[in-house]
Amino acid sequence: MLFLLQDGITNGAIYALLGLALVLVFAVTRVMLVPQGEFVTYGALTYATLASGHVPGTARLALAMGTVAFCLELYTSRRSLHPWLVGRAIAIYILAPAAITALTYSLAGHQTSIFVNIALSLLIVGTIGVFLYRIAFQPIAHTSVLVLLIAAVGCHLALQGFGLLFFGAEGQRGPALSNVAFTISPLRFTGQSIAVYATTFALIAGLWLFFGFTLFGKALHATAVNRLGARLVGIRTALSGQVAFLLASVIGAISGILIVPITTLYYDTGFLIGLKGFVAAIIGGLVSYPLTAVAAILVGGVEAFSSFYASNFKEVIVFTLIIPVLLLRSLATPAVEEEKD
Amino acid sequence: MIVGARLPVALFALLMAAIPFIPGVPPFWIVLLDNIGLSALVAMGLVLLTGVGGLTSFGQAAFCGFGAYTTAVLTTTYGLSPWLTLPFSLIVSAIAAVALGLITVRLSGHYLPLGTLAWGLGLFYLFSKLEFLGRNDGISGIPPLAIGSLKMTDPGSIYFAIWIAVLLCALLTMNLLDSRTGRAIRALRRGHIAAEAFGIWTPRTKLLVFIHAAVLAGLSGWLYAHFQRTVNPTPFGAQAGIEYLFIAVVGGAGYVWGGVLGAAIVVILKEILQSYLPYLFHGEGQLETIVFGILLVTLLQLAPSGVWPWLTARLPWRPIRKPPDRSPPLPRRASTAADEDVLLRIDHARKQFGGVIAVNDVSFAVGTGEIVALIGPNGAGKSTTFNLITGVLTATGGSISVLGRKIDNAPPQEVTRLGVSRTFQHVKLVPDMTVLENVAIGAHLRGRSGALASMFRLDRAEEAKLLAEAARQIDRVGLAEHIDTQAGSLSLGQQRIVEIARALCADPILLLLDEPAAGLRHMEKQRLAKLLRELRDGGMSVLLVEHDMGFVMGLADRIVVLDFGTRIAEGTPEAIGTNPDVVRAYLGAVA
Repeated sequence: MLFLLQDGITNGAIYALLGLALVLVFAVTRVMLVPQGEFVTYGALTYATLASGHVPGTARLALAMGTVAFCLELYTSRRSLHPWLVGRAIAIYILAPAAITALTYSLAGHQTSIFVNIALSLLIVGTIGVFLYRIAFQPIAHTSVLVLLIAAVGCHLALQGFGLLFFGAEGQRGPALSNVAFTISPLRFTGQSIAVYATTFALIAGLWLFFGFTLFGKALHATAVNRLGARLVGIRTALSGQVAFLLASVIGAISGILIVPITTLYYDTGFLIGLKGFVAAIIGGLVSYPLTAVAAILVGGVEAFSSFYASNFKEVIVFTLIIPVLLLRSLATPAVEEEKD
Repeated sequence: MIVGARLPVALFALLMAAIPFIPGVPPFWIVLLDNIGLSALVAMGLVLLTGVGGLTSFGQAAFCGFGAYTTAVLTTTYGLSPWLTLPFSLIVSAIAAVALGLITVRLSGHYLPLGTLAWGLGLFYLFSKLEFLGRNDGISGIPPLAIGSLKMTDPGSIYFAIWIAVLLCALLTMNLLDSRTGRAIRALRRGHIAAEAFGIWTPRTKLLVFIHAAVLAGLSGWLYAHFQRTVNPTPFGAQAGIEYLFIAVVGGAGYVWGGVLGAAIVVILKEILQSYLPYLFHGEGQLETIVFGILLVTLLQLAPSGVWPWLTARLPWRPIRKPPDRSPPLPRRASTAADEDVLLRIDHARKQFGGVIAVNDVSFAVGTGEIVALIGPNGAGKSTTFNLITGVLTATGGSISVLGRKIDNAPPQEVTRLGVSRTFQHVKLVPDMTVLENVAIGAHLRGRSGALASMFRLDRAEEAKLLAEAARQIDRVGLAEHIDTQAGSLSLGQQRIVEIARALCADPILLLLDEPAAGLRHMEKQRLAKLLRELRDGGMSVLLVEHDMGFVMGLADRIVVLDFGTRIAEGTPEAIGTNPDVVRAYLGAVA
């Protein structure tokens, strides 16, 4: 019983992180971040590849995406090309990913510490996240949620294909953050699971502080509530979108790095994990962080219990779980809500 | 977009019928066309559901699954003939749609697509776990469709079955959209308040669209089962559900033919990528998903509203709509107003939002053939009072009655039926519908034809009457030259006038106008005032909220003044103009 609960909480913590990232991105950009799962696999497998002393293909992808983003940036601002603007674009879209790639190549094969690998993985995946927004979503940021969603599916497909190309069809595991383990009867705690709890908690607290107490966090929140209004008071909505994607991709990569020592990850595992984060985010109503966290733990728990008692119907149970919740939430929200396109 | 599209459809049907007979067409193309047809059926349902109705669904593949598995089980286990199973397949899909739809259409906003994703996934796993559906292996040995001794075993013969189904469904769907029910469906996407104010039951309409889309998907599944002769869970999963959605979006989610075009684009694109990319890049696996994903995003950036509207906007000719015949009469409401003096009585109406009292025990009455103006500073509770009368909000206390019948807390649809119709402070028209179609929504309750009648064009006599009435009201408010203009492209002032025509189309005894003169030019205001006087002289009563004092003073028979939710004065325009309380409310305390 208890070990199921423990298992559920560990998984749930990961779902909570992903759910938070989804809520964040949706709130700021109205994009349902279907490729969130890819950030998870990219983070995990980049980390595992680095640990095995090879150069992950994601570093090259970051550089390639940077080049595309650079061209797009020049094209969209072709009527007002200041040297300053070009310089900034070169720095962000060319020099930054080039430096990261160079660093990756120079470190590959050497015995690097776990933390260097983690930092490098986060850097790589974070850049991919930002460039993804710049390339795929910024040009269509004004369109309907549906169009953004379909674009997100397109990104998911492309990124998943790249994942197969870079990491192969075989699953990988990465080294654990720590090998400590202790037992409080009847439960056994590993250092890894402690790391999962601690990181989740720290990130949730961090996001809460960021949105509640910093000007930029509030600006992001304002963009989420009213795009036009935010622009009128001088918030750059494109920048908000990039920051949201940066946060989401880093959070995704962190979750990946946290679970890759526990479970074998394949290039396409991320999708299902992301989907469960999604379920949690929905139960949280796509707005509330604490609710999402609680819901994620619930999803993890239900998953653990149903895989033990009715393993055949595990996914059925997890995914139909949300329908009554959705119904309750819809009935609770006032009916005088007008949908806009 | 809808009428005048008959000739191209006929040409397209001829072309599709001719393709298999063209010598030298590779059989492989026919297989592709079969697949396009199967996807197009599902996408067409999604067009209606998502593009037109605004209900995003990821779960359509599951309905294909219902159709396919129903016929698979009935033909293999029970030995039924494939044609006999068709109604069963459709009925099972429809029943599933009712069951899931009853829950799903209640979901608001973004919960809806996520809900469909959830049951889409759940049903997929269910298909792959149930013993009698063959678990992951599925069911094989499904008999082919047959007419007499002709067995449709090859792609070339089932081609006709598939494309006849596609063309028939496209015609039926277009007929449905171009009707009374169709207008109700097309009004859904813009929120439910305006639709409900004209008697449309939005949950019922949503459910109808849901069933229509599910039946089309079920039909596709049924054809698929007899085409492949085997079914397994894979083509009915979430991946497929998402793919159908982007077929619809790529093609143009608002257009029936967008679904067909989208299916062609996506199926052909995937085929090209799968067969040619490996040659270019020597077997590097999965490259096609990368290229496919990138192309999809690029396509959306180039044509965010889909390829079909992008194409039709570039056509040299435009389908022309026949102007409606103004003559068919629509019977008016039986006169009940004559023997009652008081039309609308508001007695101590009260509305609290938490601690805020928006309307505080307000009482007033509107008599027959009278223009009453409700004025007051911003936040005085005028629009809230309107919402209480029309049933959009439920009152916290007090009573409201029309012709002596209490209407407190009746839904908006019932209030409209009693003869109260309204306009909105923030214009609520469907911008991509023409003025005529928007105004015809007002006559919704004066027609009875349902979805089936419209699909089979049994509604034409009634439809002509409704459109004639709409055209007459448009003439009456002076917008005749804009009758075929898209409502969204009119100026704000003109849109307000369209709203008045729509309200008149409901044949009201009491007209509620929320700031009708805002955004109008001087001449337009005078025309509006003249129209309202004519309506009053014809026996209609008007209650209006307005900020333009000149307009109100010259028009109203009586004025009711609200301030902070409380009635502070009532009387003739002359009396109100000199009332010290009113002056204080508007200009502040006189020192």
